[in-house]
Amino acid sequence: MKTQTRLVEVRQKVLKANDVVARALREQFQSAGVFVVSLVSSPGAGKTYFLEELLKRLRTKFRVAALVGDLATDNDAKRLARAEVPVRQIVTGAVCHLEAEMVRAALGDWNLSELDFLFIENVGNLVCPSSYDLGEDLRMVLLSVTEGEDKPLKYPTIFNTADVAVLTKMDLATAVEFDLPETRRNIDAVRPGMKVFPIAAKTGAGLEAIVHFLEAKRV
Amino acid sequence: MHELSIALSLLEAAEDEAERRGNPRVLAVHLRLGPLSGVVKEALLSAFEMARAESSLPEARLEIEDVPLVVFCPECQRNRAAVSIQMLCCAECGAPTPDVVQGRELDIIALEIQ
Repeated sequence: MKTQTRLVEVRQKVLKANDVVARALREQFQSAGVFVVSLVSSPGAGKTYFLEELLKRLRTKFRVAALVGDLATDNDAKRLARAEVPVRQIVTGAVCHLEAEMVRAALGDWNLSELDFLFIENVGNLVCPSSYDLGEDLRMVLLSVTEGEDKPLKYPTIFNTADVAVLTKMDLATAVEFDLPETRRNIDAVRPGMKVFPIAAKTGAGLEAIVHFLEAKRV
Repeated sequence: MHELSIALSLLEAAEDEAERRGNPRVLAVHLRLGPLSGVVKEALLSAFEMARAESSLPEARLEIEDVPLVVFCPECQRNRAAVSIQMLCCAECGAPTPDVVQGRELDIIALEIQ
């Protein structure tokens, strides 16, 4: 039997299945009028604490809810529930990132048109979440002052796919000799013009600026 | 490490494509990979090696074409090579720019079939 090898053109995104779900989510969010923000960072950068404090502040003026992804446990959902807003945990099992389908499934029966803001806290990981669109309007990357000023240079892709950077634990900046100008330079090198918010969830410093920023973005 | 998830998605997409073409033998999958795709080439190659055994394309090789990073330079007013993913600026004039034109690719471009 004579067989011939040939090359056929395909042109398809590998993550097309995720992109299709993400696009549908984005349309759904848009028509419901809910502004969706996702949070990415390394484990322990302070996503949950930051989100808890942010939710408390937003809740007084807006209808807010959150989804939180972790490999295991619902500890973060319990913590976020202290902000007295609807919260759902996504347990990913062995998966190191959230995918659009997990978000879609977790939303379940939530009526999105009753929300102004929805937050999606990704699994703590600075690598894998960068490849997956979740249908969000805005992606925040968090970096804590204890992690080192060069983190943006080590993980340029996640900074590049994010829209704004939040520098957490600024109340520890002096103790760890954190160099804010150098960090800003490094962020600007991997994502020129990126907006940077230094904050401290513990003292509340910088949180109002983010509330105002989100308020303005939503309109 | 999400390259195994990526490899599985890749195989799934290639399987669908092969099915549309009447299930030929697939000898290779050709992929374009950008430096801002979030995927590490070596990790993807070994993940693919593992994942293909369980797929309907057990013979398929993965051929990866590296895509260079291109940005739109606001100074030159045209697409230019960027210095690196750590330094997003025009390689010609040095102007910084967040405007990535090429470099996020994670695309199947062809199948080698028999």
